[in-house]
Amino acid sequence: MKALLQPARFLAPFAVAAASGTFLAAAGAVNPYWIQIFQLACITAVSALGLNVIYGFTGLFSLGHAAFYGIGAYTAAFLMKSYGGDSQLFFLASLLAGGAGAALVAWLVGLPALRLTSDYLGIATLGFGIIMKVLFDNADSFLPQLGGARGMTGIAKMTGFAWAVMFLGVSLLAVRNLIHSSYGRALLSIREDEVAAGSMGIDTFRYKMAGFVIGCSFAGLAGGLYAHLYVFLHPSNFDFFKSVDVLIIVVLGGLGNMSGTLIASFGWIFLLEGLRVILPPGYIELRWVLIPVLLIVTMLQRPQGLFGIREFPLLRGDPE
Amino acid sequence: MEVFLQQVVNGLQIGFVYALIALGYTMVYGIVRLINFAHGDVFMVGAFIGLYAIERCNLPLPVIFLLAVFGCALLAVAMERVAYRPLRGAPKIASLITAIGVSLFLEYFTALRQVFGPNFYSFPRPFAVSSWEVRNISLTNIQAIIFFVTIFCLGLLQFIVHRTRLGRAMRAVSYDHVTAGLMGVNVDLVISLTFGLGAALAGVGGVLYGIAYPQVNTFMGVMPGLKAFTAAVLGGIGSIPGAVLGALIMGQSETLTSAYLSSTYRDGIAFLILILVLLLRPTGILGTSRTEKV
Amino acid sequence: MILLEAHGLAKRFGGINALNGVDLHLREGELVGMIGPNGSGKTTLFNVITGIYRPDRGSVAVEGKPITGLPPHRISRLGIARTFQNIRLFKNLSVMDNVGTACHSHVRYGPVSAVCRAERFYEGERELRDKVLDLLSLFSLQDRRGELAKNLPYGDQRRLEIARALASEPKILLLDEPAAGMNPSEVGKLMEFILEIRDRHRLTILLIEHQMRLVMGICERLVVMDFGEVIARGTPQEIRSDPRVIEAYLGQDSSKGN
Repeated sequence: MKALLQPARFLAPFAVAAASGTFLAAAGAVNPYWIQIFQLACITAVSALGLNVIYGFTGLFSLGHAAFYGIGAYTAAFLMKSYGGDSQLFFLASLLAGGAGAALVAWLVGLPALRLTSDYLGIATLGFGIIMKVLFDNADSFLPQLGGARGMTGIAKMTGFAWAVMFLGVSLLAVRNLIHSSYGRALLSIREDEVAAGSMGIDTFRYKMAGFVIGCSFAGLAGGLYAHLYVFLHPSNFDFFKSVDVLIIVVLGGLGNMSGTLIASFGWIFLLEGLRVILPPGYIELRWVLIPVLLIVTMLQRPQGLFGIREFPLLRGDPE
Repeated sequence: MEVFLQQVVNGLQIGFVYALIALGYTMVYGIVRLINFAHGDVFMVGAFIGLYAIERCNLPLPVIFLLAVFGCALLAVAMERVAYRPLRGAPKIASLITAIGVSLFLEYFTALRQVFGPNFYSFPRPFAVSSWEVRNISLTNIQAIIFFVTIFCLGLLQFIVHRTRLGRAMRAVSYDHVTAGLMGVNVDLVISLTFGLGAALAGVGGVLYGIAYPQVNTFMGVMPGLKAFTAAVLGGIGSIPGAVLGALIMGQSETLTSAYLSSTYRDGIAFLILILVLLLRPTGILGTSRTEKV
Repeated sequence: MILLEAHGLAKRFGGINALNGVDLHLREGELVGMIGPNGSGKTTLFNVITGIYRPDRGSVAVEGKPITGLPPHRISRLGIARTFQNIRLFKNLSVMDNVGTACHSHVRYGPVSAVCRAERFYEGERELRDKVLDLLSLFSLQDRRGELAKNLPYGDQRRLEIARALASEPKILLLDEPAAGMNPSEVGKLMEFILEIRDRHRLTILLIEHQMRLVMGICERLVVMDFGEVIARGTPQEIRSDPRVIEAYLGQDSSKGN
């Protein structure tokens, strides 16, 4: 059967990278701090890919992405902490549950919200994000283990190099295969011209919902991975600023470009951490003065983002 | 009942301040379709101008307002020239990201020790607080000042928008900037002045906020900015009366939630109201729907 | 056989009656033209028929089945396709993808097959690609298939819109000012072209046009609109000499034929 042949070929380099990285980390060849940062970059890329599906490919302006990241994080952490022990299999199940939880909430939010036009959808999702943060702050009043404003502790450090890299690989595969198919074209057509798309037979509401739910589930998966990497969750990790971060990454990389999202995610995370290392001790806060300036200058020079349409060979469409 | 009315009065206090900020958002959006994320930080700068004017120079209140007005207007006009005008032809999202960049820059740059500093600073009140009772409801002189100054500003704004050539030009540019330009309107100037006007109001709001809630910090503009923006959308983005209405609603919901429910849910309720309103009236309470021509 | 039937359609926008009780029918295989001054409601009628607007009153039926109030994508699947007055191509998609999108409702694989790249996906894509290339070669666009729609010259964009409409395999084709902006020789080619696709694809065509040469040249009958109402129906000859039409629209030049 030819099915899954292409996926296997696509994921092979990721598997190799995962194996080598795990080996190098175990051998102590690389500073564990940078391994952690690399994993964070992979996780951020997964979340950003999700937002790219929502905004870059389907054209839905969502400003609440961090909320779904948080839903995935808390769901996965809660399940794993309560029932999972240190089982790798249960870890996978809890990650998937986190993604599913985010997807469910996205579906519920999308039903009313996706009827709104662009700017208003942004505001509605922004509002939803803030409401979620308030709920996270008060989560301990209905589920004490979630910690609320004090934060959630006691999470097992399950996320390893292999998990992060493989999840990134699978995410890239899924998005690439979806976009380069009739279903992807349907999403793109909605972004381009919703009225024309509808007139060509595409059920625009259903596909907007699909794009939104799929994108948010990526955020949920990423959140679960994040929870088991940093082993401490605090509602401030899932506030409006975090939604802004991932939006910046997606726009900077180029809306609707997977390669751009990948490069921008890694670039953003490593820039943030790199500046922390480079800047002398008293001047670490200059990071957040330099980064906005860089952002403004980049936008002024290249408003369309770093990447336009061209993708890395692995992410391009199938040859004719 | 009196407790309720007291809360209503308190809600009006913050509601009017939100209104001053919301107007800036709505005017800028109306004229260039940009959500100026940095507007809340202009409000913050206004508060700090007020702080230094009182603390270092001991100036009388009207002068302080004028300083905030001019300082903030200048800042906004500079922002527009440097960061927004070059992107007018580019996709809207680029301007939005730039606005976010400007906002972050203002917050963190002013937080540097050499500028305003990263701490919370106490805002000195330029006068003693006094209050008087009207039927068991207490009204402070701070609230009175907020009410009068805001209403004065609103009246001034209404006058400018509806009875001056500038106002007519602003309205023309907001409907169709290409045609307005062809009719002889200096579109660039009008846009700059709109930014300046909105910022001026935010500056006044900053000073009033500092007087009412005497703790300032370079991130103080974030939440009020988001709320004021939400208020503008709630009332119908682009509509001046809508911005005021939305702001008053936001102020009331916040205060009443704090008083009767719990202050931890305060921020959430305001946005919940927004979402409910948008579902029923997708363009806001007083908003006009722009039907797309197919 | 009557393929499309519209009765008493009315639609109001604010203070304006865009449609004020419009009746229309199309017989299978007909080529009907709709003319009238700007603002007479022609495009609004298209929008109501295709489900973009819901009429305030009245009904539309296709092959006897009522379609009033159905969403545009359902109406498209029932066999009505259209082009737009102001071209609405998917600007940042390629020529191939523009036409391919209209084939999506006939796609023969599911999203899971797409993500797993099952055999069914490759077969489905091959089939789709062949179909799109056939259509593009009809319109002489196959050499530009990789180009972005926004980079095409105006005439090609108009033709691409028609190609896209045909990709959904419609029974009824609504063309909104297909000749807009074309010079006389292009109009001539378009006239032949419309007749050709009508025969080849067994279509029923309703077209809005201002170019009288095209309308008088290929339409079997005409419907004339003004102020949201139908003011005359008949053959091109009849319409040409109808005093109401002359008064509303054709003006002094009618006797010269254009």
